[in-house]
Amino acid sequence: MPIDKLILIWQSFPSLLKGTLVTIELTAGFLSLGLILGIPLAFGEVYGNKFVSAMIISPFVKIFRAIPALVLLFLFFFGSASFGFELSAFTAAILAIGFRSSAYQSQIFRGAIQSIGVGQMMAARSIGMSKLKAVQHIILPQALRLSIPPWTNEYAGVLKDSSLAYAVGVTELMRQGRYIVARTFGNALLVYFVCAVIYFILVYSGNKFLGFLEEKYKIPGYEIKKRPRKSLERI
Amino acid sequence: MSGIVLKAENIHKSYGGLSVLRGISFEVKRGETKVIIGPSGTGKSTLLRCINQLSPPDKGRVWLDGVEITDPKVDINKVRSSIGMVFQDFNLFAHLPVLDNVRIGLTKVKGMEKKEATDLAMEELQRVGLRDKASSYPAELSGGQQQRVSIARALAMNPKLILFDEPTSALDPELIGEVLNVMINLAKEGMTMLVVSHEMGFARSVANEIIFMEHGVIVEEGPPQQLFSNPKHKRTGEFLHKITELYGESEK
Repeated sequence: MPIDKLILIWQSFPSLLKGTLVTIELTAGFLSLGLILGIPLAFGEVYGNKFVSAMIISPFVKIFRAIPALVLLFLFFFGSASFGFELSAFTAAILAIGFRSSAYQSQIFRGAIQSIGVGQMMAARSIGMSKLKAVQHIILPQALRLSIPPWTNEYAGVLKDSSLAYAVGVTELMRQGRYIVARTFGNALLVYFVCAVIYFILVYSGNKFLGFLEEKYKIPGYEIKKRPRKSLERI
Repeated sequence: MSGIVLKAENIHKSYGGLSVLRGISFEVKRGETKVIIGPSGTGKSTLLRCINQLSPPDKGRVWLDGVEITDPKVDINKVRSSIGMVFQDFNLFAHLPVLDNVRIGLTKVKGMEKKEATDLAMEELQRVGLRDKASSYPAELSGGQQQRVSIARALAMNPKLILFDEPTSALDPELIGEVLNVMINLAKEGMTMLVVSHEMGFARSVANEIIFMEHGVIVEEGPPQQLFSNPKHKRTGEFLHKITELYGESEK
């Protein structure tokens, strides 16, 4: 690689890192909002009032799963102004993709909750726990454990979706890259390649961390990713 | 201590259009072991769930120690904490070690201090012979051990009555004995128990009374001696004969 290219990467690193930090902030925002809304949505869908589930939760989930992230982003960003309150690009992105993530996450948690046998709830109620206590002490701890593997996907998904915030003007990683490409000449491939490597590292290390959590909180004798025994390996 | 612990009156329950229970009435006295037998799909398990209101009956009333628990004003969670229940497939809390399975009701429902709860839970584990398994997880235990833990979980709440829903039906024949022995000891210690079971040996030797149910009604009720040797209804005799042939009388 010619030395001037190396120098370019070296020089653009601070701004790329600044962009990376914004990307991480966006991702943390999406995931937190998604989690905070997603868990109650899931429990509401499974255990809640049928009317609330049918009239509120289900339409919410359907709508946010059916509209492309970029369209949601534009709707929130440009839409907010016409409703009289102007959201910053960053806030609009958090809300649009965070709500969308909550719809997806609710389905992750719903699947996990429903895969826990009804016997667990029945046993909890039989010793006198209220529904809320049973959810808190028995169902949620198990559902969260079961949710880690599919949640790893959601993490990777929204982290990459954060690059869409570029379109409404958030100076995240892609936009920082774009600035460098615009400032210099003929470096598009190189700069975007560096961005790609940064995204890869973020997704990879995050997945590693979640894998560590999965291992740490696994229920002995009840592992989801138990390796097959030698004799079964060929199946 | 004497008197009637449980009284059920005219219990009805249907699912969809299917009426499962069609007017069941009976009583269980303090310290008594009552065994409910009957063919599959007769509503035996449903009856147990109607008693602790896990599936509330459509019609009929239930009293526990003279208090009507089918009254909507009653705090049903509080009532359930004094009725133990042992399930066919154990239903131990999968994410909790054995000790926590037994202790969680004490700390989270009764609000007991952790230390006191631990001592009590260990005592109950001792009672079912599983003190040394306190830190194991349910999936690391045999079926018989899991069922004994679930009995300890019920016992820890100091219940007025324990409901057993076919407690040995999901077990290997080899493991049935250890669970039945725990139940026999409980009966001897004067625990009030209502047991749905196909274990005729247990019914015959431990039950004070047997209830024979079919098609959602009680066909016949009486002491084991009477039902086994001198049933009033032909159907009772037929069923007992068939089931005894199938399951033997190992616990006699």
